[in-house]
Amino acid sequence: MARTRVPERTLLPGEEPLSLLREDGTPVDDAPLAMPDDDVLVELHRRMVIGRRFDTQATALTRQGRLAVYPSSRGQEACEVGAVLALREQDWLFPTYRDSVALVTRGVDPAGTLTLLQGGWHLGYDPYEHRVGPQCTPLATNTLHAVGFAHAARLKGEDTAALVFVGDGATSEGDTHEALNFAGVWRAPVVFLVQNNGYAISVPMSKQNAAPSLAHKGIGYGVPSVLVDGNDVAAVYAVVREALHAGGPTLIEARTYRIEAHTNADDASRYRDAAEVAAWLDRDPVDRIETYLTSRGLLDQARREAVAAEAERFAAWTRAQLNTDVVPDPDELFEHVYATRPAHLRAQAASLREELA
Amino acid sequence: MAGALNRALADALEADPTVLVFGEDVGPLGGVFRVTDGLAARFGDARVFDTPLAEAGIVGTAIGMAMNGLRPVVEMQFDAFAYPAFEQITSHLAKMRNRTRGRVGLPVVIRVPYGGGIGGVEHHCDSSEAYYTHTPGLRVVTPGTPDDAYRLLRDAIDSPDPVIFLEPKRRYWTKGELSTDPFAFDRALVRRPGRDVTLIAYGPMVATALETAAAAEEEGWDVEVVDLRTLAPFDDETVCASVVKTGRAVVVHEAPGFGGYGAEVAARVTERCFHHLHAPVLRVTGFDIPYPPPKLEEHHLPSVDRVLDAIARLQWDDEVVVHRA
Ligand SMILES: Cc1ncc(C[n+]2csc(CCOP(=O)(O)OP(=O)(O)O)c2C)c(N)n1
Repeated sequence: MARTRVPERTLLPGEEPLSLLREDGTPVDDAPLAMPDDDVLVELHRRMVIGRRFDTQATALTRQGRLAVYPSSRGQEACEVGAVLALREQDWLFPTYRDSVALVTRGVDPAGTLTLLQGGWHLGYDPYEHRVGPQCTPLATNTLHAVGFAHAARLKGEDTAALVFVGDGATSEGDTHEALNFAGVWRAPVVFLVQNNGYAISVPMSKQNAAPSLAHKGIGYGVPSVLVDGNDVAAVYAVVREALHAGGPTLIEARTYRIEAHTNADDASRYRDAAEVAAWLDRDPVDRIETYLTSRGLLDQARREAVAAEAERFAAWTRAQLNTDVVPDPDELFEHVYATRPAHLRAQAASLREELA
Repeated sequence: MAGALNRALADALEADPTVLVFGEDVGPLGGVFRVTDGLAARFGDARVFDTPLAEAGIVGTAIGMAMNGLRPVVEMQFDAFAYPAFEQITSHLAKMRNRTRGRVGLPVVIRVPYGGGIGGVEHHCDSSEAYYTHTPGLRVVTPGTPDDAYRLLRDAIDSPDPVIFLEPKRRYWTKGELSTDPFAFDRALVRRPGRDVTLIAYGPMVATALETAAAAEEEGWDVEVVDLRTLAPFDDETVCASVVKTGRAVVVHEAPGFGGYGAEVAARVTERCFHHLHAPVLRVTGFDIPYPPPKLEEHHLPSVDRVLDAIARLQWDDEVVVHRA
């Protein structure tokens, strides 16, 4: 994938989302980016199928009361999987609450991924082991962490880039703008991936943004911007991969759709109609890559079944890891507030211990 | 004091290559109070640099840098201009260690010139300590003297936990020797021993408390002055030892009293030393008003007279009973 050097990269996103695969699964002629290698496409498909199965399992676990809340990313698998598989091992991911599929794609186990949503503790994995920041709940604050992290890598002379996920609604937050500005000024190696899934809880894009696209928000900060079809995993992978190698910041808006409600606690029928959802179901990102791979002879019935079986095993593992009641140690309340426990927390811990004895 | 802070930054930059200093105008200008004077020239603009004007951006990127192994020391230009960064401070800086079960500590120092007394116009004179001390996970420290400024800042930069470093801007021009005391952090200090009353002060009010103690001597009161230095976590031991000895205490600060830091101090002292108290713990604070314009600030800021008056009121169980109108 040849790339023009940073100063010449165009700041303006295209008018139409960049795509490598059409909705019917046929390849786009004269696409500006090369199609990923066959083995990459096969892997993207496999991880999307596993990711989707994991997502449905998590939703089911919520109904059973095993999770306190679950924000589904069904329909957004191309973003979650495509962007994460584009990361090199040394790169970091800064996810949000919506990005559990991204986490399992990065190799975090189901229990670790769902600890936050289960309520066992705020985080269930080691950020340094997986190079994944904590899932961020305050909107857009993670964008600044990613910029700082990437800038530090640059200062230390390390070839590490940061990928940060942000929602369409979160692009209205001040932190997104401060982060884009810092990234532009510092030329920080950071990729902002806006998953534009149409709604911020109930608020549609028309009430969120007046710019021609969310990718246009990069222009004013000197950050090259790309608009990509967020249901085309090949395109998301190719665009993110290229941006990670760009040596500076990139803003990518991926147009996709949230098939489920905001979380299990939300009633999406109050703000969008069934026809809209049905239209997006027809543009399913998993179907699209399956059609393409099948047409290329890279996916047959046997492979399809093998991948489905693997996804079932992953779901079973998820259930197994989540089927016990977590009883966190109350003493941990006082742990890790500071590097060492100060006197007042030692006293409070002792009084709670006494109360529980 | 500004010189002591500058020396502390220079020595820390020298001692540890992972230390960085950044913020608004901290580079070639040396900060609006010149605390970072000469540092950019000496250490280069990769280690001491100006950022875009964005406080959430400064703190948020400092968090990312600390996650990636650096030790940022950032400057907020004035107390009230740190408020855009409040979310990054409370939701992330303070909580990251706890959220990640100890895996990610954030050795970040946020320097905030705070308080009034310099004739500044509005938004330049807030005392915001209560916002920070109310947030678990933050260490909040404030020097009252140049020697403490040096030592506390070195300790803050070495700290594995994030530190809000409040600089009493009206004392920037105070002169004094630099300390060799290696234990400023986490410890309150008896700045002046006395038998009759404990004045509990910090930051800009330490000098006021010492002045009051000198004036009180003439009235025949032997006043002890405790300088808290570290506001959070609180050094109960030093404070209580003093109050147990004197049996009377006054807390002094510039910030509004209502819901203020002094209320916490008074409550802690009362809970721990009740049987040793001869009188209720009093507070002398700023009024419960937005910081006033410069031509009225002298009425707002606790003065020696006001503190003396409080001391007098504490003598209610002795022969000397002073009633206020
Ligand atoms: C600072 C802040 N304000 C409000 C919320 C409550 N909230 C949680 S998710 C959400 C909508 C976010 O929408 P978007 O950025 O499009 O992401 P999506 O949930 O669609 O992935 C809101 C308002 C929050 N988490 N943080």
